[in-house]
Amino acid sequence: MEFVQDLLTTFNFIVQGLWVTISVTAVALTTGVVIGIVLAIVRVYGHPFLQIAVIIYSVVIRAVPVIVIIFILFFVISRYVNLSPFWAGALALGFASGAYQTEIFRGALQAVQSGQMIAARAIGMSRLQAIQSIVLPQAVRLALPAWGNEATLVLKDSTLVFAVGVPEILRRAQQVSARTFEPFLAFGVALLLYLALTLITTQALRWLERRYRLQM
Amino acid sequence: MTAPILRIEDVHKSYGNLQVLKGVSLTVQPQEVVVLVGPSGSGKSTLLRCINLLSPPTKGRIWLEDQDITAPGVNQDRVRQRIGMVFQEFNLFTHLTALGNVMIGLTKVRKMRKNEARDLAMFELERVGLADRAHYYPAQLSGGQKQRVAIARALSMDPHIMLFDEPTSALDPELTGEVLAVMQKLASEGMTMIVVSHEIGFARQVADRVVFMEGGVVVEEGPPQCMFKQAIHERTRAFLRTIEYMRHAP
Repeated sequence: MEFVQDLLTTFNFIVQGLWVTISVTAVALTTGVVIGIVLAIVRVYGHPFLQIAVIIYSVVIRAVPVIVIIFILFFVISRYVNLSPFWAGALALGFASGAYQTEIFRGALQAVQSGQMIAARAIGMSRLQAIQSIVLPQAVRLALPAWGNEATLVLKDSTLVFAVGVPEILRRAQQVSARTFEPFLAFGVALLLYLALTLITTQALRWLERRYRLQM
Repeated sequence: MTAPILRIEDVHKSYGNLQVLKGVSLTVQPQEVVVLVGPSGSGKSTLLRCINLLSPPTKGRIWLEDQDITAPGVNQDRVRQRIGMVFQEFNLFTHLTALGNVMIGLTKVRKMRKNEARDLAMFELERVGLADRAHYYPAQLSGGQKQRVAIARALSMDPHIMLFDEPTSALDPELTGEVLAVMQKLASEGMTMIVVSHEIGFARQVADRVVFMEGGVVVEEGPPQCMFKQAIHERTRAFLRTIEYMRHAP
């Protein structure tokens, strides 16, 4: 009976971090999608000078551990801009994911057959219109499987914001564990919550993938 | 004689060191159907791409209805709206239905309202006999149907001239007929057309003029009867014999 009691108390405390984890992940993924799509378009269709800038961003960011980016935002940038731990962590994850998503969308844009762009231009669309209405919608569909993988990675990377004190699932589990000396229970609950989140995310994305699959 | 709808003057096109067009001149009258023939690599497709500025000429000028479309500062997107293009590989937008393919130019380029665009797109699909396939995706259509949707998509922009780049070459032989029939109907309705094609039957029946190109220049041109019976140049005769032979080959 005592075990159940402990479990419930532990769960109730940790689960309050669930919403924080979801928020961090959502902010990071949204930031990442915007960065990824814009930079990928620049990378594929932009001025050569801008293409190089994108390559540098992508290479540098992917070469640096995400935790370092989080620390830079939290300890350095937040001196000049008012950034809460939550925003420093979530945005850092977003910038990092943006670099990976740039590569995902770049590959997808390049995988769209060149005839699509030509046909769009042939009916009088401008380059930008053609990218917007023809190439990008197809690229996004092609990118979905890889993007789903990235989404689960970001979900798991969201634990890193723990380092700057954001009370997400792992942080709370650690707090409980330190207080009760029952790490098994605390981290067990954390594990189950992450497992549930990941499974739900992958299922949702799989459904999206099926729904919007391109038939060639 | 009326003013020509299209005037091509000494057009050159090179890709790097490769000279594809070496001075092509051609004049097309309104409602005229011109069939371009010639061996592969002769520059027929490149000429079509020059005309609608998908790859503008490196030298020479093109007038479309009294506008020099090769002049600097011309709005090329506007020019392309007046020139319909049909490709060998169809190039239908894979993420859109047949109806969506025809509608998107209307909504995005001609800025029509959705309802209006849908009605007009349905009308264009009816014109090519595919109203009943409006909600099919390209992958669910046969090659001939895809090409007819592509024609409807081009027609929806209300072009003044239509360019066909080997429209039946990627089709199974039994499917070419339906596409050629649509093109013939279009010609009889008075559409100005330039067709790159080796369909001799179509050239004989529909073309007002056959133009033979080789090595980036126009070798000779004339009405189909003359070209097929008594072309002046031996090269032209040899080529026409070849494609005619191909046609009758099993």
